[in-house]
Amino acid sequence: MSFKMALMGATAAMALASTAQADVLFWSTQAKPVEETQAMRDQVLAGAGQKVDYQANDGGPWLTRLQAEIEAGKGTIGVLGALHGDFSALKAEELVDLSSVDLGGVKVNATFAKLAKLGTDGQPYLPWMQASYIMAANKKALAYLPAGADINALSYDQLIEWTANVEKETGEKKFGFPAGPDGLKHRFFQGYLYPSYTNGVVRSFKSDAAVTAWEKFKELWSHTNPGATNYNFMQEQLLSEEVWIAFDHSSRLANAFNEKPDEFVAFPAPAGPTGRGFMPVIAGIAIPKTAPDMEASKALIAYMMKPETQIATLRATNFFPVIDVALPDDLPPSVKAAGDAIAKMSGAPDANPGLLPAGLGDQGGAFSKVYSDTFERIVLAGQDIRTVLDDEGAILNGIMQKTGAKCWAPDAPSEGACPVE
Amino acid sequence: MTASPINTAQVRKSGRFLFQASVVLLCAWVLVPIYFLLINTLSSPETVASFPKPFWPEFDLGSLSFFANFAGMLKALKNSIIVASLTMVMAIAFGAPAGYALSRFDFRGKETFRVLILLTRAFPLPLLALPLAVLFIRTGLDDTLFGLALVHTTLAIPFAVLITFSLFSGIPIELEEAAWTLGCTRFTAFTKVVLPLIAPGIAASAIFAFVISWNEVFAAAVLTIENRTLTAFLLQSLGTSPLHLKFAGGFILVVPALVFIFAVRKYLFAMWGIANR
Amino acid sequence: MNARLLPYVLILPVTVFLCVFFLYPFALVAQQAFAGDGGFGLENFRHVVSDWKFPISLKNTLLLAALVVPVQLALSLLMATMVTRMEKGRDLVLYIWTIPLGISDLAAGLIWLAIFDQSGFLNSMMAGLGVIDRPVSLLNYQHPGIVLAAIALAEIWRATAIMLVILVAGIGLIPKEYYEAAEVFGASPWQRFYKITLPLLRPSLQTALVLRIILAFEVFAVVAALGGTVFPVLMGQTYELQFALNNSAGAAAMALIILGISIGFTLLVLRVLRVPKGARI
Repeated sequence: MSFKMALMGATAAMALASTAQADVLFWSTQAKPVEETQAMRDQVLAGAGQKVDYQANDGGPWLTRLQAEIEAGKGTIGVLGALHGDFSALKAEELVDLSSVDLGGVKVNATFAKLAKLGTDGQPYLPWMQASYIMAANKKALAYLPAGADINALSYDQLIEWTANVEKETGEKKFGFPAGPDGLKHRFFQGYLYPSYTNGVVRSFKSDAAVTAWEKFKELWSHTNPGATNYNFMQEQLLSEEVWIAFDHSSRLANAFNEKPDEFVAFPAPAGPTGRGFMPVIAGIAIPKTAPDMEASKALIAYMMKPETQIATLRATNFFPVIDVALPDDLPPSVKAAGDAIAKMSGAPDANPGLLPAGLGDQGGAFSKVYSDTFERIVLAGQDIRTVLDDEGAILNGIMQKTGAKCWAPDAPSEGACPVE
Repeated sequence: MTASPINTAQVRKSGRFLFQASVVLLCAWVLVPIYFLLINTLSSPETVASFPKPFWPEFDLGSLSFFANFAGMLKALKNSIIVASLTMVMAIAFGAPAGYALSRFDFRGKETFRVLILLTRAFPLPLLALPLAVLFIRTGLDDTLFGLALVHTTLAIPFAVLITFSLFSGIPIELEEAAWTLGCTRFTAFTKVVLPLIAPGIAASAIFAFVISWNEVFAAAVLTIENRTLTAFLLQSLGTSPLHLKFAGGFILVVPALVFIFAVRKYLFAMWGIANR
Repeated sequence: MNARLLPYVLILPVTVFLCVFFLYPFALVAQQAFAGDGGFGLENFRHVVSDWKFPISLKNTLLLAALVVPVQLALSLLMATMVTRMEKGRDLVLYIWTIPLGISDLAAGLIWLAIFDQSGFLNSMMAGLGVIDRPVSLLNYQHPGIVLAAIALAEIWRATAIMLVILVAGIGLIPKEYYEAAEVFGASPWQRFYKITLPLLRPSLQTALVLRIILAFEVFAVVAALGGTVFPVLMGQTYELQFALNNSAGAAAMALIILGISIGFTLLVLRVLRVPKGARI
């Protein structure tokens, strides 16, 4: 026992002696894969001119820690990094208004900057980096493309035909879709399927066009690897060739392109009757009111927005700059592939870009749950489409009424809360 | 063995074979999945994604060496060991007396106390983390290893109390009473007679406390910033990491816990029942 | 010291400790669960229970516990008795059997996913044996039985050691004289197990079962890894409410429901395996 006592004494002393650090704590939900975290520290933040402690967390600990600091009224977090949805779930007054931070003439994408105002006059967070969802395929699958189909201008019907061809020829369902618990399936429905078929997200939730959309999706699902309910990051299944064609967040596909650049192609999402729906992913940076050293935090924010930093961040995380900057030529294969696909997608004549949900506040999660629940009920549980849409539409309408959020593109603008029609 | 004398030898022989076969089978049941983890840890990224999987490791150290260069690993390892050791000591120091009280005395509030102990384990920690973190930030316990050990002790206490309770219950009180008649006080009877017998219980509680603390992610991620434990440091980022790093990281986390269990395993046997057979 | 005060002195430290680090935050969280628009109410409970996934999660959680816990009980009893009867290599075998104890549930999920994955070890093995000619997808919504079996196997693998360690420590306290006497009177090994081991092990059995049952209702990480979207459980719903849906009141209500279920089952076990007063041998 005496050994244990000695140990206890020693460790208690060490615990008490933990010194206060002057490093700026960058508390982030992004760049979480260990390699990206490493790259953020070594390649992006090493040149910040001050010591930065970059810590990437799951959403749970990230939010819990932040809430605790806000509630306690003092904290250690200097700068926050998270997605648009994470920030809109916070109260704007818990974040420092960044409109006065001197960005040194950097031009930030105006649409994103407006979104980041979160409905206030100030700038509770600043757009930090962006990505999107794209398609990727193993080159082996290209042989089965339907006759006359252009991979860069596919329609949903062609995609279904393509996946059906692959199944017929290989005997395996080789379309991949991130339907696992951590997969981003709801974004596909919100930003891709609905805009492409109904030219809306909320208004048209239970329209007849929506019924068609779900029927089409069920058809696509019938050629989807049934293991998709365990898929969270499509790069894994692309590399193991469990799937040949997949939809996912560009950074969740990055590894496939970086490990085997010659085996995969990236291409735009398909189009439906109402255009080629797609949506961006926007990550932002902010400063909590409780930041211990406000000047240091603001300096770090300004540093993150510099053109060189934005390029370094792109290399480290596969997220693109949100400012006007020319991209260099020597980018990693994943960045090139995704960049091309996104450019083709947004430049397509039938492009139908959507925006991220705005004004939902802390109901953002509940909003997404409507779409993933609809998927689970219609596709996995095999429930009647009309019934499910009516049920979930009522829930969706409740969320919109509760938050009073106005419609966003591609839905037509609304006066008050966006209605489910 | 008391089988009939005619075929005793045969029965005994086949019985022993069956026994040994089951032992080997159960060992394989435990070890094979760990072996798979080892294979994946020692495989190149390409092999980890390949099919069919090899059944022999190719000894590619790429994934492991990535972690060797990952900033802060050693410090996090040290932090983890400190927190787990503190948890172990506190869980036993607080838990064992309560276990003894539960087994030896009838007192008012005993049932309430037992329910309190069980409640502790039946409520998910991630929900409690927010109020705890607020409390810690206000009192200055935040971001200290000692503070985290306090939370982990809360998780380990039910194990310590209940295990020591069940073992004290298995020690006849007559044994203590005999010691009293021989001139021992309650305290010396306890230290001289009971304590040696309870060694396996202490060992079991220690293992649980250590392992619980070692593997706890959520509180560690919320309550430590500068002083991250290895689990908070590694495990929570593993979910989103490429496959080969997932396996290597998982493997790195498993090894120290196994070393610890190995070190205390022999205390699991009592000094009186099995050990002197 | 006064024998009436002694028990209170002995439980005082742990009680104070739990009051500060458990009861205080617990009370704050539990309070949220009952807070509604009009003050005190059961709205949050109604809200989480009316979710379409709640009945499925409840069923899955109970089913898994009903499947896993009895197997673990039998297996750990078997292993514990085997360890005590071993002459050589007891240390090593016991060590091997307790190894899963050191493996966190997240890591266990990872390991078992590597086995059941479409390009995992099980498929590789079957392909190697010529049973299948191409990898088959095992964990998917079309095979709920396989998903359940895989999760149950992984849980049995991971958490049997918890019970084993408790039982081994308990068995060690059974005086060998009892077995010797039984042998003299010609009791068969089965009789010895049934008449001596089992009754004398009751306190440890009770502890092992209670702890295991409580943990069984909190099962999450292994299920999330293997079951994906197909096999929701109560704890997964709780975390979703808390962290994805920003509904901490709902999460608190859900956690209280889980707590109620575990306490209910715990009291049942305590009643059935009541340790006689003082537990004299």
